[in-house]
Amino acid sequence: MVDRVGAAVIRLFAPAGAFALFAARALVRPFAPPYEGGEILRHLFQFGLRSTPLIATSGLAIGVVLSMHTRASLERFGAESMIPAGLAIALIRETGPLTAALLVAGRVGAGIGAELGAMRVTEQIDALEANAVDAFHFLVSTRVVACALAMPLLTILMDFAGMLGGYLAEAVASGMSWRLYFDRSFTFVSYADLLPATLKTAVFGFLIAVVASYLGFNTTGGTEGVGDASTRSVVLSSILIILSDVILVRMIFFFYPQVVG
Amino acid sequence: MTPAIRLEHLTKAFDGRRVLDDVTLDVSPGSAFCLLGRSGTGKSVTLRHIVGLVMPDEGRVLVDGEDIGALRPWQLARVRKRMGFLFQNAALFDSMTVGENVAFPLRRHTTLSETDIQARVMAKLDAVGLARDAHKMPSELSGGMRKRVGLARAMALDPAILLVDEPGAGLDPITTREIDDLLVAQKAAGVTLVVVTHNIPSARVIADDMALLHEGRVVARGSVAEMDASADPLVQAFMRSEAGG
Ligand SMILES: Nc1ncnc2c1ncn2[C@@H]1O[C@H](COP(=O)(O)OP(=O)(O)O)[C@@H](O)[C@H]1O
Ligand SMILES: [Mg+2]
Repeated sequence: MVDRVGAAVIRLFAPAGAFALFAARALVRPFAPPYEGGEILRHLFQFGLRSTPLIATSGLAIGVVLSMHTRASLERFGAESMIPAGLAIALIRETGPLTAALLVAGRVGAGIGAELGAMRVTEQIDALEANAVDAFHFLVSTRVVACALAMPLLTILMDFAGMLGGYLAEAVASGMSWRLYFDRSFTFVSYADLLPATLKTAVFGFLIAVVASYLGFNTTGGTEGVGDASTRSVVLSSILIILSDVILVRMIFFFYPQVVG
Repeated sequence: MTPAIRLEHLTKAFDGRRVLDDVTLDVSPGSAFCLLGRSGTGKSVTLRHIVGLVMPDEGRVLVDGEDIGALRPWQLARVRKRMGFLFQNAALFDSMTVGENVAFPLRRHTTLSETDIQARVMAKLDAVGLARDAHKMPSELSGGMRKRVGLARAMALDPAILLVDEPGAGLDPITTREIDDLLVAQKAAGVTLVVVTHNIPSARVIADDMALLHEGRVVARGSVAEMDASADPLVQAFMRSEAGG
């Protein structure tokens, strides 16, 4: 009985341990040479620039929707003038970072999982090693760095697209001017709202790239395995993003008490 | 003389199933060694042990006297730079063109100028008859062409040891002859060759020594003449077969 439970525990935690080791390596390895700047730039372009249409359109739509909700609730209190600020704070603190991360998990995470999975099953990862190249560093470190850098930038894009969407909705509803809208948006927004919430998405970017790289690297079972790695990358990184967000938000509240008040 | 490659009592199991069983082989420097055997007998796994892609459960792999399993990562990288490896499925980098595939080891491990790299790439592609295909993507190539690009990439750094997994698979008889000639020329230039093949006529052209693997064990080894003279029915069946895959 004890043996059976023990074996079950090991079965459950052995992959988690292997993943933790992989993640730790991904955290440390980028800081040692060779720095692979060219590869990192290539991935930054791939993950960052090519995600901008997705992030910008989603941000715009979310801004419109959030603005409608904010208007509906604030109107009851006769506080319509607070709509821009309410929307900006909601977007910048949580909606922008979380939505951007989940979208990137879907687009970039799936891509990394599939690409590295295909490289594994077609022995391209072995070919890198046989060519005396550290495949982990060449493939994983570069993607992790690029994804962690791209994520905050995409979040800022999402925040701005959302505020633009909010303005459009507000302009239709009340004819408010662009100038007034943005003035009112930023009256109550401080760096304590913007900075930690935006920087925490670097953690999301790290998680997305590490999870997808791990599953891609450990792909088995041919083409079907590649599909699995891709799907599981999205599912697992989305869950980790949401779970880690709980911890990150607690940490932000601890280090920036003014955010709570 | 230290053998270029020495496999000592290699034993390897995957998922509890024994794939190599006490394999011992020597390859002398500058010679060509052919590894024969039916599909699934562990030829590719043996080759992968030599570059350290697979580590043995028991036994040792020595390359120029160095125990591959005892090396630090950077030492292993140094040894790997002296070896060229053609994978059975070519394993080309499919995000790169043919030319970039061949240039890859040169870019990573030499300080050659771009002009020199291009000249070197064209020379290697020319040697495998693909000089006009440098700009193509791997997905645009036939299996035999991919194999030849893989060989050009394996030869890019002019390695002292060339490990080749089924060079003839997917090639027409004329191209097979050309690749055989290329491998013989490599040997003449002092390169140590280990070639996995099913093609006995090719093996006769290339090999100094041979070994026959069967179900993970070396059932026979020796010079081409010794293999011909063997009374073992399995060896006989192999040596008498003409063309092959
Ligand atoms: N990484 C691996 N995991 C599990 N089994 C493997 C692995 N590599 C090879 N095998 C198995 O080992 C056996 C020998 O494979 P291989 O060396 O490729 O044969 P061949 O002689 O045709 O080259 C096969 O049954 C193969 O399925
Ligand atoms: Mg094989």
